[in-house]
Amino acid sequence: MKILVCISNVPDTTSKINFTDDDTKFDTNGVQFVINPNDEFGLTRAMWFKEKQGATVHVATVGDASVEPTIRKALAIGADEGIRINAAPKDGFFVARQLAEIVKNGGYDLIIAGRESIDYNGGMVPGIMASLLDMNFVNTCIDLEVDGTEATAQREIDGGKEKISTSLPLIIGGQKGLVEESDLRIPNMRGIMMARKKALNIVDPIDAPSPTNDKKFERPAAKGPVKLVDAGNVGELVNLLHNEAKAL
Amino acid sequence: MSILVYTETDNGKFKKNAFEVASYAKNIADQMGESVTALAINAENADELGTYGVSKVLGISNDSLKGFNAKAYASAIAQAAEMEGSKVIIVSSSADSKYLSGILAARLNAGYVPNVVAAPEGISPFMVKRTAFSNKGFAHTEISSEVKIIGVSNNAFGLVENTTDAVVEPFDPSINDNDFGVKSVEVDKVVGKATIADADIVVSAGRGLKGPENWGMIEELADILGAATACSKPVSDLGWRPHGEHVGQTGKPVASNLYIAIGISGAIQHLAGVSASKTKVVINNDPEAPFFKAADYGIVGDAFEVVPELIEKLKEFKAQNA
Repeated sequence: MKILVCISNVPDTTSKINFTDDDTKFDTNGVQFVINPNDEFGLTRAMWFKEKQGATVHVATVGDASVEPTIRKALAIGADEGIRINAAPKDGFFVARQLAEIVKNGGYDLIIAGRESIDYNGGMVPGIMASLLDMNFVNTCIDLEVDGTEATAQREIDGGKEKISTSLPLIIGGQKGLVEESDLRIPNMRGIMMARKKALNIVDPIDAPSPTNDKKFERPAAKGPVKLVDAGNVGELVNLLHNEAKAL
Repeated sequence: MSILVYTETDNGKFKKNAFEVASYAKNIADQMGESVTALAINAENADELGTYGVSKVLGISNDSLKGFNAKAYASAIAQAAEMEGSKVIIVSSSADSKYLSGILAARLNAGYVPNVVAAPEGISPFMVKRTAFSNKGFAHTEISSEVKIIGVSNNAFGLVENTTDAVVEPFDPSINDNDFGVKSVEVDKVVGKATIADADIVVSAGRGLKGPENWGMIEELADILGAATACSKPVSDLGWRPHGEHVGQTGKPVASNLYIAIGISGAIQHLAGVSASKTKVVINNDPEAPFFKAADYGIVGDAFEVVPELIEKLKEFKAQNA
């Protein structure tokens, strides 16, 4: 089985978000970039397939040279080969088109992407890829088993979960649950050394439209101070929620 | 031409977000001098949409579409858009609508913007405001493609009554076997309880509850309020509650009208997941808990004393306001 894990290079979850250039650009100053958490669950599941079922695992991302440490981390975790599509990721449509081209030329059986990236939260990349490539697609995937060309998956739905039957080639939008948090891997020294020798292929982008464009950003308005209610007067909280906040 | 809106149902009944996206579509239709056409799949009372400004409903009655199927539903929406000549399509930002919208965007070569929190700022150019960076910021996004898909966040626009006589027309899109490459085998869903995505009120608890055996009072509080239950990341990691209840940057986002956080200190990732909620209440015995800085109302106190008292006071309130 040949697996492609699509990874996104995103600000660490603890990052404070600021903007520059008259609020038209994200301020990367002092921000640590990591593998998108939803993608990291998928990468770890791909490692499981590699170790248990003998899969080959490639990772791909769209970005300039600054994303290479993130690809190297994925290689240090155990991916066999990295692909960097040498372009600024303009929007979800553009990114999906680039990745679809890699899939089309790479003969992959399983493509694992995150449900969404935690920076722009578009969540559209795996679905657009699936449609462009006419492949089966399971989103919000929290479990995946593959037996030959048949796949059984579970996806999270509102208020529960759904068991899915499908077949390869398959694209999933993965998330927490695909593997447990405790199964996520920290690269060890041997993995880091080996990653230096693994191929990191730089690929030219294809011409693709970017139909959306973020013109400006803003931070949420500053909040006023919390209104504290005495623990001995809980009824006052009910009163405030009813009469002041109109929330009851 | 008309603005097309995809309206979600659950067991034949419209979800609240169906009326919200219809309200949103009517707002755009008025700005563009167009009307609103809704697509309703296996809905029992399709004419209900008229209350929210829909003038035409394309009603699909098809057993093969009884359960949600992203590709088949996207195909039906695309065919409706093509038939109506719709250049703007409005969907919810629910998990199901997000699932189908990428497929739909590729099929219609459309720019798609989910998590939209306000009516468009402009029609030409078409500009919308959406959340970004997991609710730590907003982006003002221009959509330049001919066909545009907008995913409206739950509880962001609200319900706006605009009563119209909705004409319901049967619609029979071409759905083929290729649309069912992904088959639903089994659905395991809690019935009769509010879900985090749809609930107006969410009651959430964290490690301050000390163990899963103490969740009884959280569920009782949620029952009284008609609320969904949720939890912080450490609680789902510990297995005290299911992953599906984990709220935060890597879990579910919450955009409820009221969010009550009990025994949750308020890590930055958790706050990102709940910041879209309108009113936030924090109950925590640590006055230095970061969540107090993000909350509207707070009680510094022991959850095991405050929550039972709150349950009693809410029972009294309910009895008085019944």
